[in-house]
Amino acid sequence: MALAGLFLITFLVIHLAINLLLMSNDNGAAYMVAVEFMTTNPLIKVMEIFLFGGFAIHIIFGVILQVQNWMARPVRYKVEGFSHLSFFSKYMIHTGAIIFIFLCVHFFNFYFVKLGLVSPPEGLNKEDFYQMAVLLFANKFYAILYVVLMVFLGFHLHHAFQSAFQTLGLNHTKYTPFIKVVSTIYAILVPLGFASIPLFFMFIK
Amino acid sequence: MDFTLKIWRQKNAKAKGKFETYKVTGISESSSFLEMLDVFNDQLVMKGQDPVVFDHDCREGICGACSLYINGRPHGPDDAVTTCQLHMRRFKDGDTITIEPWRSAAFPVIRDLMVDRQAFDKIIQAGGFISANTGGIPDANAILIPKENADASMDAAACIGCGACVAACKNASAMLFVAAKVSHLSLLPQGKAEASRRVQAMVAKMDELGFGNCTNTGACEAECPKQISIENIARMNREFLGAKIGSQNRQVKGGGF
Repeated sequence: MALAGLFLITFLVIHLAINLLLMSNDNGAAYMVAVEFMTTNPLIKVMEIFLFGGFAIHIIFGVILQVQNWMARPVRYKVEGFSHLSFFSKYMIHTGAIIFIFLCVHFFNFYFVKLGLVSPPEGLNKEDFYQMAVLLFANKFYAILYVVLMVFLGFHLHHAFQSAFQTLGLNHTKYTPFIKVVSTIYAILVPLGFASIPLFFMFIK
Repeated sequence: MDFTLKIWRQKNAKAKGKFETYKVTGISESSSFLEMLDVFNDQLVMKGQDPVVFDHDCREGICGACSLYINGRPHGPDDAVTTCQLHMRRFKDGDTITIEPWRSAAFPVIRDLMVDRQAFDKIIQAGGFISANTGGIPDANAILIPKENADASMDAAACIGCGACVAACKNASAMLFVAAKVSHLSLLPQGKAEASRRVQAMVAKMDELGFGNCTNTGACEAECPKQISIENIARMNREFLGAKIGSQNRQVKGGGF
């Protein structure tokens, strides 16, 4: 769970780095070079298998553990929730489920199009990811939904990052406070980075 | 002081329980929560009703017998005390107090507010000990122990096994209890000999008994009457991973993800 999670956390940084190229002022030329690299490089192809494995393990284990956790308390309390829990940790399965739904939509919008399972939008080539992204963000409803989703992703990551270290037993008086700070910064910056792209297309471009 | 009590009443382990509302009167603000329940039970008996069953023993916060989930918190609203150390002056006159038993699949209700905590004993039996043979008393300074380790071990050993960690955890996980027991032994040289087998056996038993999984929410640490830190959980995770990877012993099965 923790290892798969940390792997996905590193993946998000790479994904963000490439997505940020959408905003460079060259009508997507730099972005398309990156896309070209990511879709053709054999090493990336191998990593793609690991990535899907990482998602599968994280999601399947997450659901199994959550079901076990629900079963561990068959009768709930009448009054509860007064213990000092870290707020975001209570809703990992919920934020996770929201991210999963988005992941499915994301697959339909891009990955399945690339595979040829879903036909690209009219007038576009199936590798024309830049135009697809521009088209999607042109839809105000989608763009706003995307920004809201990034807030949930932030909630998920806020607990996830530092929690993974605790699960792996990496708790230390010197380093744990540092990890928690990094975790918070990561959980703010990465979703903010993603969210900045639709906002850029809505207000600046 | 007078209070309205909403108490979980359940005839036996199989019966369907429900909340009953009662009034209790004439409580001294200096009395402990358990003394309040004693007075309340006297009042019930005078009226010819069944007294409320609850666990208690030493009444000085060191035995781990008392429990009670009071107004949404194990051992009530005060930090770092057990229910027996909680004073009624902590409440306002006329307050409504909801009292529930620990809720966990591994801690079935026996009657009213009393739960069966044998699951903890079973975890201890799985490995929470050292196999010291009898013999002469070793010299006090024969085994040197770093002060930091002795302190950390002592902090973990403060666990009284009351089960508040399980009660507080949203997943009803027993990780803090097991981690405290694993830690207080494995930090000392006497406990190191069996450390690898111990952590695997205790974690396997914990999973088998139907406790939930740890999601690092930290509620256990916040509610523990002995303020056991979740650093112990990290230590146990570390040892568990190390034992799974490095141990030569294939016999110990089970254990989380």
